[in-house]
Amino acid sequence: MSVVASLIAAEVAYPGRGTVLGPFDLALTEGEIVALVGPSGCGKSTALRLLAGLEQPTAGTVTRTPERGQTAVVFQAPTLMPWADARTNVALPLELAGMAKAKAHDQAQEALKAVGLENAIGSKPAQLSGGMAMRVSLARALVTRPRLLLLDEPFAALDEITRRNLADDIHRLWDQTRPAVVFVTHNVEEAAYMAQRVVVMSANPGKIAGQTIIDAPLPRPPGFRTSEVFRNAAEDVSRDLAKAMGHVQ
Amino acid sequence: MSRTLETLAPILLVAVLLGLWEAACRLTGVPAYFLPAPSAVAAAMAQDWALLLGSAWKTLSTALLALAFASLTACSLALIISTNRLLEKAVQPLAVALQVTPVVAIAPQVVIWAGLAHPDRAIISLAVIVAFFPIFSGALTGLKSTDPDLERLFDLYGATPWQRLLRLRIPSATPFVLEGHKVAGGLAVIGAVVAEFVAGSGGSQGLAWRILESSNRLQTAKTFAAVIVLSLMGALLHAVLQASEQAILRRFRGR
Repeated sequence: MSVVASLIAAEVAYPGRGTVLGPFDLALTEGEIVALVGPSGCGKSTALRLLAGLEQPTAGTVTRTPERGQTAVVFQAPTLMPWADARTNVALPLELAGMAKAKAHDQAQEALKAVGLENAIGSKPAQLSGGMAMRVSLARALVTRPRLLLLDEPFAALDEITRRNLADDIHRLWDQTRPAVVFVTHNVEEAAYMAQRVVVMSANPGKIAGQTIIDAPLPRPPGFRTSEVFRNAAEDVSRDLAKAMGHVQ
Repeated sequence: MSRTLETLAPILLVAVLLGLWEAACRLTGVPAYFLPAPSAVAAAMAQDWALLLGSAWKTLSTALLALAFASLTACSLALIISTNRLLEKAVQPLAVALQVTPVVAIAPQVVIWAGLAHPDRAIISLAVIVAFFPIFSGALTGLKSTDPDLERLFDLYGATPWQRLLRLRIPSATPFVLEGHKVAGGLAVIGAVVAEFVAGSGGSQGLAWRILESSNRLQTAKTFAAVIVLSLMGALLHAVLQASEQAILRRFRGR
């Protein structure tokens, strides 16, 4: 399996705050879903921004094989343009890349159908529920068929039922093109459910504190949340997290 | 409390106050040049309505023209300045200094510059100066108040500066610009009236001239009539601007 993106001894330091991340190593292979878990301020989102190319490391190296436009990010908030309807929001990455409006809107419509929002194509963000807005955000990320998909706590503002539905939807959509995915969260169960590999980070500065491989098929089979594999994985991640928190104190 | 009563309450209050005022004038026999009774003001309005409406239109059209001109210059300047941080830093103190200078203080000089034969030019210029700042600062704030995550998204997809301006910054600024226009509309009327006062000649036949003329002649009822027309006109303009702002925002946000 070839590496899609990697951080090699990457460090990020901010003036006045010192080193917030690193040295940090992470390699993402094609079609892999990795979850980054850790306490607030452990540099999860910083690592994500490095991978996206939205921030440069102070030291170390970032490699990325996808070209511009083949990396997509979903932020904690849906981050939609409030003045534009769902279709226009989803078409944005395509239009910014120079695609003709009609074609971009057709593809956006398909992407919205794929996330189950064919009836909300003309709706503005204010007319959507939190879960629907997040789906629009997801459709916008997937419309370019990215090879690297970065999800920065996308479920943070959603209720439990919406989270679970969206988690299964992400797996289903991932299965169509199999991009490499980094999923940032501070929820242990969510990490164990979403990812094949859970990387736990400790803070000050952000480093890897442990790693759990979850040997179960993706998308998850029905009943996975009550299975032994899931329970064991969640326990392992919890243990790593406790260790990571211990480092903080 | 019923809705009808809530709507009626302010009308009732005005009616009661007018009644008290009328009664006080009749009972005390205060001279009409000092305080005319509401009935006398109403009579003055009925008698001079054509003249008052003409003057109101003169002042309103001046204010609207000034608003349009201020809108054009303020938005363009804010756009240019927002693209360059150094330029913005350079312009800001100057803008603040001009903004806090009362329009009456610069009005006499502007009247001289415009030429004593052209009070209209001075009046429009002064109204533009007053209406300029709310739109300018609204537009500048709006252009800079984009969602940082949306900015990152535009970074991620390699947006050109032009795409960023047209698809992100200008739409983000829209609510701020609308609010600026609402404030500027009221100020444009004030600016026009102040400028008419300073120009102080019959060359401008606006409402301020009606007020000056009648108060110089101690025709206080006519003064009151002109002031009432002026405030009604200001309220009407504000209501129209507010309604348009809300209608545009509703369309803009989809609710």
